[in-house]
Amino acid sequence: MKGTLAITAVIFTIGLVTLPVVFSDNDFRWGEHEEYGHKSTGAVTINNPLYKEECGSCHMVYPPSLLPSNSWTKIMTGLEDHFGDNAELDTEVRQSINTFLLANSADQSDYRRSRKFIRSIKSGDVPLRISDIPYFKHEHDEIPNRMVAGNQKINSFSNCNACHTKAEQASFNEHDVRIPGYGRWDD
Amino acid sequence: MKNFIVITALLSILPISYSMADIQIVEKLVQTYVTEGAVTADVVQGERLWNKTFKGKGNFIERSCASCHTKNLTDSGKHVKTNKLIKSMAPSVNPQRLTDAKKVEKWFKRNCKWTLGRECSAQEKSNLLVYINNFTHL
Repeated sequence: MKGTLAITAVIFTIGLVTLPVVFSDNDFRWGEHEEYGHKSTGAVTINNPLYKEECGSCHMVYPPSLLPSNSWTKIMTGLEDHFGDNAELDTEVRQSINTFLLANSADQSDYRRSRKFIRSIKSGDVPLRISDIPYFKHEHDEIPNRMVAGNQKINSFSNCNACHTKAEQASFNEHDVRIPGYGRWDD
Repeated sequence: MKNFIVITALLSILPISYSMADIQIVEKLVQTYVTEGAVTADVVQGERLWNKTFKGKGNFIERSCASCHTKNLTDSGKHVKTNKLIKSMAPSVNPQRLTDAKKVEKWFKRNCKWTLGRECSAQEKSNLLVYINNFTHL
């Protein structure tokens, strides 16, 4: 009987200690940021739980490789007015995300579109929106506005993943495009 | 067999002990707000503030907590600008809510600034917190 009690006590204690961890929605761990600085070859991956959690709560998780580092710096130093919303982070979290963004920004990425994004930006310009970059505009210039901004299911060109079904996996292949209410897009 | 029954019985009360931990977080926060000048938390005031409309700038002239979270806290909401889904706020249907004090404070800071145009006082946060925590249905 004593043995039984001991076993149950141990199980109970383990359960108590681990449950909050198992059910916690903080799926990142401090100090486990080895993916920072990882250089993508060809495709870009967004394998940073802290970035996903903090930025992805309100909007699509944008691949860092679609903006140059000076754009990210400008965004991350103005989070109090983040496109009209308040997106303040505490210093530790902000620095951590900033490091990730800079290490994976368009200037650091091998992704072919990153180079095109950068090359299309006029020297001296620091765009805050991916959708303001000339290469982005060029790639979307054949799409009528009513199909995107005027489409209630999309709302704005900022919602990449409304049409690019693999946007959050950083894949913008035209074959994966499905425009809500219109279907495939082939040009 | 006896072991099995005892273990099962103990495991079955685990979720209860877990949700008790959440209540502790809410209570702890309420206590913290008291040290910052708040008096007893007031659910009715919390509800009033939740639904109160404030004047904003740009495309969102009328702002309230309900703009994104809806008036019914058991419903999911969506971000007014990005349309991104926001899971329901009420712990009665979304047990993940109010389980992380740091997170609660982070969102109070951001969302009070957007909605009210300033940070919420300790009293306002206390009222809102108990309103959210006790919400079961409209």
